Amino acid sequence: MKEYLLETKDLGISFGGLKAVQNLSLKIEKGELYGLIGPNGAGKTTVFNMLTGVYKPTTGSFLLEGKDLTGKAPAEINRLGIARTFQNIRLFSNMTVIDNVLTGLGNSSSCSLFESVFRLPGYWKSESALRQEARELLDVFGLDAERRTLASALPYGKQRKLEIARALATHPKLLLLDEPAAGMNPQETLELTETIKFIKDKFDITVLLIEHDMNLVTGVCDRLTVLNFGTVLAEGNTSDVLHNPEVIKAYLGD
Amino acid sequence: MSFFSTLINGLSLGGIYALIALGYTMVYGIAKMLNFAHGDIIMVGAYAIVTTLGLGLHPLAAIVAAVIVCTLLGIATEAFAYRPLRGASPLAVLITAIGVSYLLQSIAQMIYGSQGIPVTLGAFGAVSVFGTSIQISSLITLGLCVIIMTALTLFVNNTRVGCAMLAVSEDKAAAQLMGINVNAIITLTFAIGSALAAFASTFYLMQIPSASPTLGSMPGIKAFTAAVIGGIGSIPGAMIGGILLGVIEKLALSFPALAPYTTAIEFALLIIILLVKPTGLLGKKRREKV
Amino acid sequence: MAIKTSVKPKIKNCTNYFIVGAFFLVFLIIDLASGGLRNSSSILLTKIAYSIILAVSLNIVVGFLGELSLGHAGFMCVGAYIGCFFENILADIIPSKILLIIAAMIIGGLAAALSGIVIGIPTLRLKGDYLAIATLAFGEIVRTIFKNQAVFGGALGLTTHRYGKSLWIIAFAVVFICLFITQNLMLSKQGRAIKAIRDNEIAARAMGVNVTYYKMVAFVISAFFAGIAGVIYGNLISPVSNTFFDFNYSIEILVMVVLGGMGNITGSILAATVLTFVNVKLTTQLSGDLAALKNLIYALILIVIVVYNNAPALRGLREKLDFFKFVTGLKEKLFKKKPGDSEPPSTASWDKIPTKIDMDALLSTDVTPDKSFEADKSASRRKE
Repeated sequence: MKEYLLETKDLGISFGGLKAVQNLSLKIEKGELYGLIGPNGAGKTTVFNMLTGVYKPTTGSFLLEGKDLTGKAPAEINRLGIARTFQNIRLFSNMTVIDNVLTGLGNSSSCSLFESVFRLPGYWKSESALRQEARELLDVFGLDAERRTLASALPYGKQRKLEIARALATHPKLLLLDEPAAGMNPQETLELTETIKFIKDKFDITVLLIEHDMNLVTGVCDRLTVLNFGTVLAEGNTSDVLHNPEVIKAYLGD
Repeated sequence: MSFFSTLINGLSLGGIYALIALGYTMVYGIAKMLNFAHGDIIMVGAYAIVTTLGLGLHPLAAIVAAVIVCTLLGIATEAFAYRPLRGASPLAVLITAIGVSYLLQSIAQMIYGSQGIPVTLGAFGAVSVFGTSIQISSLITLGLCVIIMTALTLFVNNTRVGCAMLAVSEDKAAAQLMGINVNAIITLTFAIGSALAAFASTFYLMQIPSASPTLGSMPGIKAFTAAVIGGIGSIPGAMIGGILLGVIEKLALSFPALAPYTTAIEFALLIIILLVKPTGLLGKKRREKV
Repeated sequence: MAIKTSVKPKIKNCTNYFIVGAFFLVFLIIDLASGGLRNSSSILLTKIAYSIILAVSLNIVVGFLGELSLGHAGFMCVGAYIGCFFENILADIIPSKILLIIAAMIIGGLAAALSGIVIGIPTLRLKGDYLAIATLAFGEIVRTIFKNQAVFGGALGLTTHRYGKSLWIIAFAVVFICLFITQNLMLSKQGRAIKAIRDNEIAARAMGVNVTYYKMVAFVISAFFAGIAGVIYGNLISPVSNTFFDFNYSIEILVMVVLGGMGNITGSILAATVLTFVNVKLTTQLSGDLAALKNLIYALILIVIVVYNNAPALRGLREKLDFFKFVTGLKEKLFKKKPGDSEPPSTASWDKIPTKIDMDALLSTDVTPDKSFEADKSASRRKE
């Protein structure tokens, strides 16, 4: 049997009587750029929330590299290899740009509380290594020069980039991007398309993204799943899916 | 003291707590803020009664004066201290409310001194029911509390204004779009809450006939606890929480071994209830959208 | 890659040591030169020292973690009673005065930290206002329990060992230790995790931050120093009475933190010093009911500062009078630095209350522009 990087098995959740997502079975291979699209309210972000432990699925399960992560806490899921960005940006706004990334890197350092508080050699070593890595990561996104500004002072497009950088800092196997191009102009979107492809190769990760911007979707995604009213409407290669009459109907209405 | 009379005393004390807790809970429900200064409105009400009685007026006139003073004070604190902070962090509003509380206490102390001033709202005596003696003041308190709370429930559930209040507490922005004047509703809520506090101060003085600058502190904090126990924001919750706390307080006081620990027991109850139900007995759980 | 970075100790992070150190040295020199400070001065200095410890330690929870604690005096109470109780016992075993007080401070601090764990496990999962009321309840519970224990002197209070005039020197030594630990914590991976929780708890979780653990770390370290402050208090004033540690005292410490600026350690130091000084002076000057004037001034300052710093309508005015920007601008002019070269404060923005709760409420409404319309167009274009 083939092992997928992420496999969801009949994943579903209901709030009260409302079935927000049902019978979702995704199979994402390692190294893929996978898109999750659908009209507003289709349940895309809810899928992300389940995959990152914010919501507990009511049915089904999901596995990362064959390991069942269903029902685990968000922090634990992150440490096991899934990182995300948020549709409505959630940066640590009163912290500097570099501190945002350093927070993401925190788990990769073994510096203990005792070492930190008393400034033992372990602290200096770990702090230097973390900062080096943080700056390299920021450099990928062209943010190194602004590392000392407060995150909230960055322009919108850069805040989105910083969120991706922060998510990458947790060394994920799977990166979930929730509408990374929202609010960006076409030029920025184009850059983002290149950046996503670049980080996929550089950091050897798999990307699952939610997006409404079709330029980004067609430019980035190898395969797509279309959600509508919480159920899968279509899945397959990007161009096939986008020409599917059912999908067009869902977007345009009858 | 028999169990029966302890229970009646507890219920009447609970009624007072419930009246104060209603002020906390309504303001929280509508304005989403903890009005820490609410306890001190009671203290101001008590001094209003002291002053009016000092002028030689009838106790009923004193009660009316207390209601008017408290209502105006409630509206004024909202307008000057809290309204500028509408939309700011709840923590900022809470700290401001603490400041208002300090302010009222120190003003009262500068005017009236820190010593308690004795107040007599009339002699009530006691009656004998089922062979135990019960304070009439407790019965009056209990009866009036029930009437006031029923009236409030009817008002909130059956009038247009009450409906508007419920709407604002559900969703401020949506209520505004529906043509409800949110600012007016918030002012009205403070007015009602403060008027209830004035009644509470009347009943409080009937039980402990002495007015001091810190009179409102303890009942305020206890009523606040009661509101949180019942689920802050919920009107029936405040009533249940208040009565529960009043009865427990009087029961604990009636056992010599427990009496010194009464306050600790009440606050421990709060922590235990929050552990079992983090939003209080009747509080609604609010899900944060991610 | 051209980036090379390494972390070395920086002078810049030592501002607070300089401030406190200079303050301390001035009085030490006066002490030595004049053959001993007056008794009242040494009491005042000790009070300033433990106020700084209390304010800085409360700032860890309120300013850096972003949770409101109304029970800080409760931890101080635990430290004072337990620490001084054991100090009385150990007095026969440990002959050295200084070793005795160190032992008492360690015991008192650990007792307070332990009570921090005991109260933290159940209450730290509560949010915002609920946590605030739970900590308030904790403070009152602790006080009531100590009041009713005959071993601790009951309602009269615990008779303690008074250290004597040089207590203020020890107290300032503790201030240094407290600053050292707090500042180091905040500039480490653990400190960043704590600040991340303040700024956005959901994002912090998603970044793998163990929220419960770090909340506990902040809470326990804060309680530890409050406990030590309690022991210093107990060595200054005897008997230690439970009434001192009431809710109002917790508020007084909170006022110091708010006035000094949330998450601003220098601010906490200055506010604690100034307020304690004013407080002690006013208490000795104003007698009787005029003492209420002190609270009145306190209250007015508190309201004005909080409204000024947080009222949405005053945002324009605030930006105009931004103290930090002013200082940065001045520095740039004086040292001919390039604009933007200086680092913003590692703390939260200048004395603003962390807006965690508010921000989450705001963000929960989806304000991103609706892109489905564009998606429609591209889909239909494809069809043609």
